[in-house]
Amino acid sequence: MATTTLPARAARRSAAARRRDRSATFAFWVLMSPMVVGLLLFTVIPIVWGLLLSFTDARSQITVGDWIGFENYQWVLGQQEFLRSLRTILVFTVFIVPLTFAVSLGLALLVDRAGWGRGIFRTAFFIPTAISYVVASLVWKLGLFNSLPYGVANLGLSNFGIDPIVWIGPGDIPWYWVVLVTVRLWLQVGFYMIIFIAGLQEIPKDLYESAFVDGGRPGWTTFRTITLPLLRNTSIAVIVLSLINAFQAFDEFYNVLGGGSFASGGNLSLARPPLVWLYQTAFGGQEYGRGSAGAFILTALIIAVTLIQGRVLGFGRSSAEK
Amino acid sequence: MATTLPGGRPAPRRGGSYWGRLRGRRVLGTVAVYAALIVLAALFLLPFYVMVRSALMTNRQITAFEWLWLPNPPQWDNLRELLDESDILIGLRNSAGIAIIQVVCQTLFAAMAGYALARIPVRGRDLVFFGLLTTLMIPSAVTFVPTYAVVSWLGGVGTLWGIIVPGLFNVFATFLFRQFYLDFPVEIEEAGRLDGAGYFRTFFGLALPNSYGIMAALGALSFIGSWNAFLWPLVIGGQDAKTVQVVLSSFLTAQTIDLAQLFMAAVVGAAPLVIIFLVLQRYIVEGVKLSGIKG
Repeated sequence: MATTTLPARAARRSAAARRRDRSATFAFWVLMSPMVVGLLLFTVIPIVWGLLLSFTDARSQITVGDWIGFENYQWVLGQQEFLRSLRTILVFTVFIVPLTFAVSLGLALLVDRAGWGRGIFRTAFFIPTAISYVVASLVWKLGLFNSLPYGVANLGLSNFGIDPIVWIGPGDIPWYWVVLVTVRLWLQVGFYMIIFIAGLQEIPKDLYESAFVDGGRPGWTTFRTITLPLLRNTSIAVIVLSLINAFQAFDEFYNVLGGGSFASGGNLSLARPPLVWLYQTAFGGQEYGRGSAGAFILTALIIAVTLIQGRVLGFGRSSAEK
Repeated sequence: MATTLPGGRPAPRRGGSYWGRLRGRRVLGTVAVYAALIVLAALFLLPFYVMVRSALMTNRQITAFEWLWLPNPPQWDNLRELLDESDILIGLRNSAGIAIIQVVCQTLFAAMAGYALARIPVRGRDLVFFGLLTTLMIPSAVTFVPTYAVVSWLGGVGTLWGIIVPGLFNVFATFLFRQFYLDFPVEIEEAGRLDGAGYFRTFFGLALPNSYGIMAALGALSFIGSWNAFLWPLVIGGQDAKTVQVVLSSFLTAQTIDLAQLFMAAVVGAAPLVIIFLVLQRYIVEGVKLSGIKG
C-alpha cells in the first residue's frame, strides 16, 4: 500500500514512537501483573513444589524431604483404596454424564416449547444452581433419603406398601448411588439446560419448515436430523464440562457418606472418590509427598480423558481410540 | 435465503403450511408439554419445600410417621436457638467477606489482564496468552495438595486470606474479557486516545465502565461459586476460619444431630444466595451462556 513513504515512516519511527512502545509495554505489564503474579504464586509454584514433594519422603512436613525417586508413585498405584477410588469415579461418571446430558437437554426442549409461564419453569429448574453441595447433601441425607421410615422417599414408598429402604449404608443393594447421582443431577442440570436453551435458539426456524415440506414430520425425526446435529458444539461443551466436574467430585460424597469422626469416616468406605482419598491421605495422614504423587496421577488422568474425549467427539466415528 | 438440509439437498421453501398443519397435533402436544413441565417443576422445588417445612417444625413432628404438610405452629424458636447457640453467624460473616472480596478482585484482575491481552500491542503478548491458556488445562481441585503446601509456607493456614487470595485469579474470566474487548468498538477508544489519554485512562475511564454487562454476568457466577465453595475452605480455613459451608458440614457430620436446627441452618445458609439468584437471574443466565464456550 503505502510503499512510497517507507523512508519517511522509518524516520518518523523515531524517539516519539519508541516512547510510545515503551509506555505500551509498561501499561501491558502493569495491567497483567496481578494475574501473572497470582498465577505464578498459586498455580505454577505449587505445581513445581508439588512435583518436588512427590519425589521425596515429605511426611508431616510441607518442605521437600529426602529424594526417593518414584517410590511415592509406586505406593499410590499399589494402594487398593486408590484403585478402588478410580473405579468408583468411573462408575459415577458413567451414570452422571449421560443422565445430565439427557435430562438437561430434555428440560431445555420442554422449556423452549412452553409459551406462557416459560420464565417460571426456567427459574424452577435453574434455581438449584444457587444451592451448595453441602446444603443439598444435608437435605438429601436427612430429608429426602433419610433411611428411617420418616424420610420423604420412604414415606412415599410406604404408600405402595414398600418397606423403608436403608438409602445410605452397607446393604446388598448400593442405594447410595441413587442419593449421590440425584443430588448432583438436581444441582447441575439447570446450569446445562441454560446452555442447551441458548443452543436451541440459534437453530434457524425455517430449517424445520423446509424439513416438513420434504416429509420430515416434527418429533423424533426432526430432532434426530436437525436439532441434535445442530446442537453438536453445545453438546460437546456440556459433556466435557460435566465430565471434568464429575471427576473432581468431593462435596456430596464427603457430606452424604461422611460422618462421625475423621478417622472412621462414616460410610465413606462405600464409595470414596479420588479427591476424598487424596484429602484423607494428604491431610488425615499428613502424607504430603504421597498426596502430591496422587494429585499428579489424577491430573494426568483427567487431562488424558479430556483429550481422548475431545478427539472422539471431535473426529466422530473415525477415531480409533481404545 | 436458500436453506440446505443436513442431507445436502436444497429445500424448497413454502412457508405457512408447516405451522398450519401443525396446529392439530399442537393442542395435544401443548397439554403434554405443560403436564410434564408442572410435574418436573414440582419435583425440582420439592427439596426447597422439605427444607423450609422441616426447619420450622419440632423434632417430634419431623420424625413423625404421619406426613405433615405444614408446620403448625411454625417454630421460629428454631431460628433463635440456631443463631444463639451455634457458629453460623461467624460462618455467614466470613463467607460474605470472602465472596465480596473474591468477586471484586477476580473481576477486576480478569478485566485488566483481558484488556491488556486484547488491546495493547507488545512483543511476547501471544506467548503470555498461550501461557495462561495452558493453566486452564490443569484441574484446580486436584492441585489443592501442592497449593496447600505453598499457602501453608506463606502462613495462610487457618486464616481468611489463605482462603481468599488463591481464588482471585480466574484465567477463564480473563479469556472471556479478552474476547469481549476484542469486539469492543475501537472508535470509542481512539477518540479518547486523541485527547491524549494513555492506556490506563482509556481502560479505567472508557473500557471498564462500558463492560458492566459482562462484569455482572461473571461476577454473579463467581459470587455463587465463592459462597458455595467447600473443599478449599475446609482444607485451609478448617475450624479456625469457618465459612458457612464448613459450619453446615460440621453439623451434618457431627456425632449427634438436631434435625430441626440442621434444616434451619440449611435455610439460613442458602437463603442469601436464593435471594441474590432471583434478583440477578438475568445476569446469571448470561454468565452460564458464556461458560458454555469453555467446552
